[in-house]
Amino acid sequence: MTREIVIEARDLVTSFGATIALRGASVAVACGEILAVMGPSGSGKSTLLHCLAGILVPDSAEVYFADQRIDTLGENRRSAPRRDKFGFVFQFGQLVPELTAEENVALPLLLGGARRAEALRRAREWFPRLGLEGLERHLSGEMSGGEAQRVALARGLVAGPEVLFADEPTGSLDSLAGERVMNLLATAARDQGTTVVLVTHEPRVAAYADREIIVRDGRIGTTPATPAPTGAARRENQ
Amino acid sequence: MTLLGLLEWKPSYGYDLKRDYDGYFGRDKPLQFGQVYATLARLARDGKVAAGESEPGGGPDRKRYFITEAGVAEVDIWLAEPAAPEPHLQPVLFTKVVLALLLRRPAESYLDAQRTAHLQRMRELTALKQEGGMLDTYLADYALFHLEADMRWIDMTAARLDALAEEVRK
Repeated sequence: MTREIVIEARDLVTSFGATIALRGASVAVACGEILAVMGPSGSGKSTLLHCLAGILVPDSAEVYFADQRIDTLGENRRSAPRRDKFGFVFQFGQLVPELTAEENVALPLLLGGARRAEALRRAREWFPRLGLEGLERHLSGEMSGGEAQRVALARGLVAGPEVLFADEPTGSLDSLAGERVMNLLATAARDQGTTVVLVTHEPRVAAYADREIIVRDGRIGTTPATPAPTGAARRENQ
Repeated sequence: MTLLGLLEWKPSYGYDLKRDYDGYFGRDKPLQFGQVYATLARLARDGKVAAGESEPGGGPDRKRYFITEAGVAEVDIWLAEPAAPEPHLQPVLFTKVVLALLLRRPAESYLDAQRTAHLQRMRELTALKQEGGMLDTYLADYALFHLEADMRWIDMTAARLDALAEEVRK
């Protein structure tokens, strides 16, 4: 079964000064797929995510989102999909400490031009869905790590992104809180048909994905780097 | 299979085969001589090994055993196939890696295949947890934590393969 590729990088080469982070990595992610990017610390997996998301411009490569080449675009045009099509969740939530939980969740909608009342209304819809009822007006300092990370997850998904980039989303949480975040992330992404690129070094987190790739020394390991039909077929049968 | 792999490494007498096995794999549980000779007889019957002529010595006559082409093919298949992911796999994972290094087979490819098989099983268990009740969750968690421990061992071993190869080939 052929699956539509939503995001793809070919021969990514990226370096930071004299340190080469990616040495010709290629990967394609299918629409609606949850892909785990695994590998040891310093292997280049977060750099790969940043290149796919257009946050970093690689030294050389071709990066495509929805058939449009994005690595050659200027910063303004490259930031458009980051704002409108992509969602992000990072290891430490990175909530804005001065804003309430609901304001944090509403941020992508406000940046996208939504009116404040409408943005907050849509943001609040996510709180019961992620087990966050009653925390709408809390500041990030008044929440546990697991709660803050679920708020960050809501912020990543509130605008209905086509691709969610999650970089070690459970890295700062204990097993139980991490499992809750991953359950919610996988369920919400599948409900919305959101493609997920999930960087993790934890096998139990990667097990929520349809497929994994291993990054070693800036290259993709021997696991197939193109989508297998199994994940999509499974979801289509559900 | 381990004895067959050791015979691919080098032809051997039963006594030396037991000594090599115990040195690499049987530290906590050495093989009995009876097990060695029974296994060699079965492997010879199945055409996986062949015995040389009896050689008179100080004790009973000794036979040197050689692996056959069919035996090498069997070792090849066994090393390339990941073990079924289940708890308590240490003996088989360890044996495959050490034998692969001894025989200069691609140990890293084996570890990659095992990692893929483990993750596939972890995926199935995770799906079971999402779809099942609490009892399923408890059972799946037990298996998941054991498989995760294997995965950590696989990653550490992959990172140290060069040093391990040097050690086992001494």
